[in-house]
Amino acid sequence: MSLLSNITAATLAKDIRLEWRSKDAINSMLFFALLVVVVFSFSFDPLAEESRQIAGGLIWVSFLFAAVVALNQTWAREIRNQVLDAYRVSPAPANSLFLAKALGNFIFVAILEALMTPLFVMFYKLRPLGPAWQLIPIAALGTWALVVNGTFFAAMSLRTRAREIMLPLLLFPISIPALLAMVRSTTAILTGEESAKFWIVLLLAYDVVFTTGCLLLFETVLQAE
Amino acid sequence: MVTDLVKQFGRFAALRGVTADFAAGRLYSILGDNGAGKTTLLRTLAGLTPPTRGTISMLGSTSARAVCAQFGYMAHPSLLYDEMTGLENLGYFSRLYAIRDEGRCKEVITLVGLDPELSRPVGQYSQGMRQRMSLARALLHDPRVLLLDEPFSNVDLHSAREMVKLLGRMRDSGKTIFVVTHQAQLLEGTADEFVWMQAGKIVDRTPSLEPLKTP
Repeated sequence: MSLLSNITAATLAKDIRLEWRSKDAINSMLFFALLVVVVFSFSFDPLAEESRQIAGGLIWVSFLFAAVVALNQTWAREIRNQVLDAYRVSPAPANSLFLAKALGNFIFVAILEALMTPLFVMFYKLRPLGPAWQLIPIAALGTWALVVNGTFFAAMSLRTRAREIMLPLLLFPISIPALLAMVRSTTAILTGEESAKFWIVLLLAYDVVFTTGCLLLFETVLQAE
Repeated sequence: MVTDLVKQFGRFAALRGVTADFAAGRLYSILGDNGAGKTTLLRTLAGLTPPTRGTISMLGSTSARAVCAQFGYMAHPSLLYDEMTGLENLGYFSRLYAIRDEGRCKEVITLVGLDPELSRPVGQYSQGMRQRMSLARALLHDPRVLLLDEPFSNVDLHSAREMVKLLGRMRDSGKTIFVVTHQAQLLEGTADEFVWMQAGKIVDRTPSLEPLKTP
């Protein structure tokens, strides 16, 4: 195993172990997403057809907001006791840390999605009219789009005073193209009115561009004062 | 060797043109009042704080990143995960240094006088135990240069003296050691040189603590 993948695996295992013991990110994400589902279901009483039109937006916006809660936690445990400095003085590559954090967040947000999607289906009486299997690549690519930028910008805002405000300020504008693709592709599958292929390709391109950009810039972010 | 090292935080200059030559295989104790620049100097040597001006040349390189595997850094905070045990912490850090010897973690924990089988998470350790575990983390990869910031704070006198003996043995084995401390008396007889800092500058270098004893 190469040094990069070895350290990525070690850091990912460490993060999962820490999350398993503290459950900081998962608990706060779950409660937040659950509140969104319940509050929205009381606020609207849509018909089945209306549900199909708005559910894509509701689902992804609630996942985005819930993900921000987890993303803020990601680096919090690295600043406690200044453990990040131990990583910075080691010869470990910066990208191993970034990839491990992004993969960890991907796993946590995917768990949230797996738990919350049945609730959305139940509350909004959803039944896809288009090819349902396409929801899997949309969920995977969409979640990666959120966490890869989220992990990067959470690291960038690490040393700012109001980092919990700074993260959504940086993340939301840059996530608009991905969010648009996620919402439009999900709606396309739920309504069955159009093909979601264009939006899936757009999501894939977005992921490739931003993952590359984050990997190229992360060392500068990590070593910045 | 550091040359004309300047570090500014905004308008505040923490280091104001530090120039010094440090020989290998010696134990240096860096002393000075709060705000004298001791920690900033140590962080700059470790490559954690880039200098505003000046150069550092260590182990034949001017890039700290290039030789960071040869540094062992211990900061005032523990640099450990509170939710994991000492052995789990060192297990993770050993992977960062590609250490394959599984016994190494237990070896350094024993070296600093702790029990490697302790199952409590580090967050439940006493402050002194945490300091010793932090030292174990810094020693894990057998570095050539040790940069230690307040290693004896909150450590009981007996344990602190044991740590000093350990540092002395390491110096004797050829390691270069920098210790920032307010408990310099502990190092008298062990440190090769006391480096006095004031207002971001090195103002004196002495073989003993005499300037402190002189009113």
